[in-house]
Amino acid sequence: MNINILGSGCVNCKNLEKVTLAAMAELGLVADVEKVTDPGEIVSWGVMSTPALVIDDEVVVAGKVPAVADIKRLLTSR
Amino acid sequence: MNARTLSPVAPSPKSSVRRWGPVTAGVVIWWSLYHWNRPFWDWVMFDVVGLKAGSRLGESVHFFFYDVSKIALLLTGVIYLVTILRSFMSVERTRALLGGRRQGLGNVAAAGLGVVTPFCSCSAVPVFIGFVAAGVPLGVTLSFLIASPMINEVAIVLLFGLFGWEITALYIGFGLVIATVAGMVLGKLNLERWVEPFVFETKLRGKVVDPSRGLTWDDRLQMAREEVVSILRKVWPFLLVGIGIGAAIHGWAPEDWFANHATGWWGVPLAVGVGVPLYSNAAGVLPLVEALHDKGLPMGTVLAFMMSVVALSVPEMVLLRRVLMPKLIATYVGVVATGILLTGFLFNAIL
Repeated sequence: MNINILGSGCVNCKNLEKVTLAAMAELGLVADVEKVTDPGEIVSWGVMSTPALVIDDEVVVAGKVPAVADIKRLLTSR
Repeated sequence: MNARTLSPVAPSPKSSVRRWGPVTAGVVIWWSLYHWNRPFWDWVMFDVVGLKAGSRLGESVHFFFYDVSKIALLLTGVIYLVTILRSFMSVERTRALLGGRRQGLGNVAAAGLGVVTPFCSCSAVPVFIGFVAAGVPLGVTLSFLIASPMINEVAIVLLFGLFGWEITALYIGFGLVIATVAGMVLGKLNLERWVEPFVFETKLRGKVVDPSRGLTWDDRLQMAREEVVSILRKVWPFLLVGIGIGAAIHGWAPEDWFANHATGWWGVPLAVGVGVPLYSNAAGVLPLVEALHDKGLPMGTVLAFMMSVVALSVPEMVLLRRVLMPKLIATYVGVVATGILLTGFLFNAIL
């Protein structure tokens, strides 16, 4: 599983990373987590509202920081 | 799979009583607090604490507590409402509406959409690239980026609470005019060569995700609650300092000091000159300018100061530096500041 966190270093981007890592830890999930901070690359994902979460090349969250439970659901429903 | 999948799998939706009951209770509590705010602080300050009504100290302390609670209440109510309304919009939808528009009408649309679209200045760079890469003209994109911070809900709430609806309407109207015209002027100057080249090379490959899609009412209400908390958390230090200084000016600055000393033509450029580099937000600036206005500072000067603090901020320029070359940023600041200056002169002449 590949996970990308898109965001140019704003507070919410760090929060999204924290929440995602917490969700993974609770699930005992191991995956590559890569942060994408380059604005050009972020936009090329089709994302303008940061932060955004990408799982296996698919944008699943944009423009908000969901709760840990929501991210767990997103991770397990794949 | 997209953002929509968040909701259907979420815990079963609340019954409408459980959803709207707390909202109704909140409205009633809010209205009562707002209604009893002045009598409450009159009673606390003048009857319980025993400060003297009409004395400098008494009036300043009373003003401080009364104003802090009033503005906090107004902010809570309006941010809640605005967030719910704005949850039906998104920058993605705005971009779709602006795509293919030309200069002129496009600028008018962009300025108006800048007001209603939920937008955080931390997203200014991706939004800029996203708009330009999707073919929205540079000037139209800039109209959006000017209107969005200038006509924000915090500014509107405070203007309304402190100056009433006429001044608020003038501010919104002229804010829209400045954003529209400044975007047109910047568009006419053909400044694309001063945009970092990678912006035009950005390819949009992913499927566009619209965060406003598939939200339930529970989502919208929750977003509104979170937005109220996050904005209040961000603005409270500014608010306290601004109202504190305002209270001191109310109590101690001589009556009509500004009317006697600061009505010259140079008042407006001075206000803009001080306002542009000053970093604050509407919550800190407005209580201050209200106090200054109360002491005779002319309305045009007051509005010019406020617009320049809110619309042009150094942190946002630093962010935009990633996509705009310094020459373009300087031109942008120059054109917007000129618009604000003219608005200030006009208001001083007619009000």
